[in-house]
Amino acid sequence: MSTADTVVGVDAEVTVLARGLRKTYASGVEAVRGVDLTVRAGETFGFLGPNGAGKSTTIAMLCTLARPTAGRARVAGADVRADPAAVRRRIGLVFQEITVDAELTAAENLRFHADLYGLPRRTTRARLADTLSLVGLADRRDSLVHTFSGGMKRRLEIARALLHTPRVLFLDEPTLGLDPQARALLWEHLHHVRRRHAISLFLTTHYLEEAEHCDRIAVIDGGRIVVEGSPGALKAAVGTDRVQLRTADDPAARTALRERFGLDADAGPDGLRVHVPDGAAFVPALCAGLGVTVLSVTVTRPSLDDVFLHWTGRTIRDAETAGGAGAR
Amino acid sequence: MRGESPRMRAEPAPVRGELRAARVVWQRELIRFLRNRGRLAMTLLQPVLYLLVLGTGMSGLSTASTGFRTYLFPGVLLMTVQTGAVSAGVSLVWDREMGFLREMLVAPVRRGTLLLGKCAGGATVATCQGAVVLGLAAAAGVPYDPALLATLVGELAVAALALTAFTSVAAVCLTRLQTFQAVMGFALTPMLFLSGALFPLSGLPSWLGAVCLADPLTYAVDLLRHTVTQYAPAHSATAPLTAWPLGPRPSPALELTALTTLGALSLTLATHRFARPK
Repeated sequence: MSTADTVVGVDAEVTVLARGLRKTYASGVEAVRGVDLTVRAGETFGFLGPNGAGKSTTIAMLCTLARPTAGRARVAGADVRADPAAVRRRIGLVFQEITVDAELTAAENLRFHADLYGLPRRTTRARLADTLSLVGLADRRDSLVHTFSGGMKRRLEIARALLHTPRVLFLDEPTLGLDPQARALLWEHLHHVRRRHAISLFLTTHYLEEAEHCDRIAVIDGGRIVVEGSPGALKAAVGTDRVQLRTADDPAARTALRERFGLDADAGPDGLRVHVPDGAAFVPALCAGLGVTVLSVTVTRPSLDDVFLHWTGRTIRDAETAGGAGAR
Repeated sequence: MRGESPRMRAEPAPVRGELRAARVVWQRELIRFLRNRGRLAMTLLQPVLYLLVLGTGMSGLSTASTGFRTYLFPGVLLMTVQTGAVSAGVSLVWDREMGFLREMLVAPVRRGTLLLGKCAGGATVATCQGAVVLGLAAAAGVPYDPALLATLVGELAVAALALTAFTSVAAVCLTRLQTFQAVMGFALTPMLFLSGALFPLSGLPSWLGAVCLADPLTYAVDLLRHTVTQYAPAHSATAPLTAWPLGPRPSPALELTALTTLGALSLTLATHRFARPK
């Protein structure tokens, strides 16, 4: 144990602890209505929910950018209300929007951060090179940021957020607007970062695929946490894959599905729809044993909408139209 | 926790940390300014046009040929500085819109420090632009006297700081770039006209004279004019044009004090607004 960890004492293992966190804006909008969170050191924690669910507000309170109306939170061993400066020094933040200066070079952006955080000058150079190579930008050190792709800007932001060796890295929708390839690369770097620095990652997202990367997930809706658990548990709870099939003779196929597979199919304009635990494994059995010519099969894994529907009784689209206000 | 790199508990002496933060914010303004040559050229074009076109055109009305250009010179210098001050405000609003402001706001630094760095940066840029326009002195019949030029640069720096701080109040309150630009567009022209930068304020009705006295630019222009007329050979020709709008004309020292006070008050107000928690 290093000295720094003994200073924070009992909190060393818990990097984010929130109890009854609330935020009511002056307009009367209750953005967050009593959130409890526990994130341990070295954990990747995903915070899911639609826009306006209270994700950004919760993060803003944990990062001391917004003052909680009620409740308390300790982040990286410091109280967000009593000692915001200590919290700020010990956390790294990657915002939803790009916040690097495009008119500066990558190195200039990092040096700005180093000066702002008062990092020791002797080590800044080495630290800068270190973080840039960590996110695969070492060769673009002196390029102007406006020549970077969206994914590169994001990675530069991650390098910047790591520059002052934070204990928790907050990422608000880090992959928003990135193409799948850039998204995969970003995750690769994030995993690397976490392994090397043993820090907690706290991220918000509304892509369920991203939740796969998390150790634990909490779903927030209407300012409250509706469910919390590992991705596997969450998906198991949602349960089933959706299999959509078109056949030469739908009524006959429907009967066959009931008699041979014990499945109740819904008939719709696009053919038949059934729900099974493992869609991919079901397809070969279906084609072999249905006895009716199968024209096409589509398997859909549970989406965030399914998870959301399951836990809140609404789809995300409904949730957004009903209570989209007060997101931040 | 084995294998963990030693944490950098970087907690320098608070004041030194704040100063370093202010310095890097200032530095960033300079880097951005120097990197954008096109914008630099455009901001200098306007004062040059005013001096040469308006100055030459209006000289026809006046008795002395270079007299009006000499009169206009302090006004043009101030216009340059004012444009710089507005750019500093735009830069702040732009940082907010582009998101970079969040990077600054979440840092363990006082907001007043950030604002101070931002204003100092904007004022430095504005002063440099003013210094470049000083190169046109000959065209206005103003001699290249080192003492004169040094005094003017110093006065421009004071005016630049005061006006940048003044603009930052608006920049802190108006968080959308469009709104900020609309308000600036609406406020700047009357402020410039009422300052005596472009035409003499003599013979105004007393209520309008009072409005002129409420315009901070009036003091800045007159401060520069005090200095210019002291050195310019066309002094006697421009003397009747320098009439103060209302009451006795203040001394340069008083005008300097007025500008410094304006700067300090504005900065305090802007910091207060800026530091207000959400």
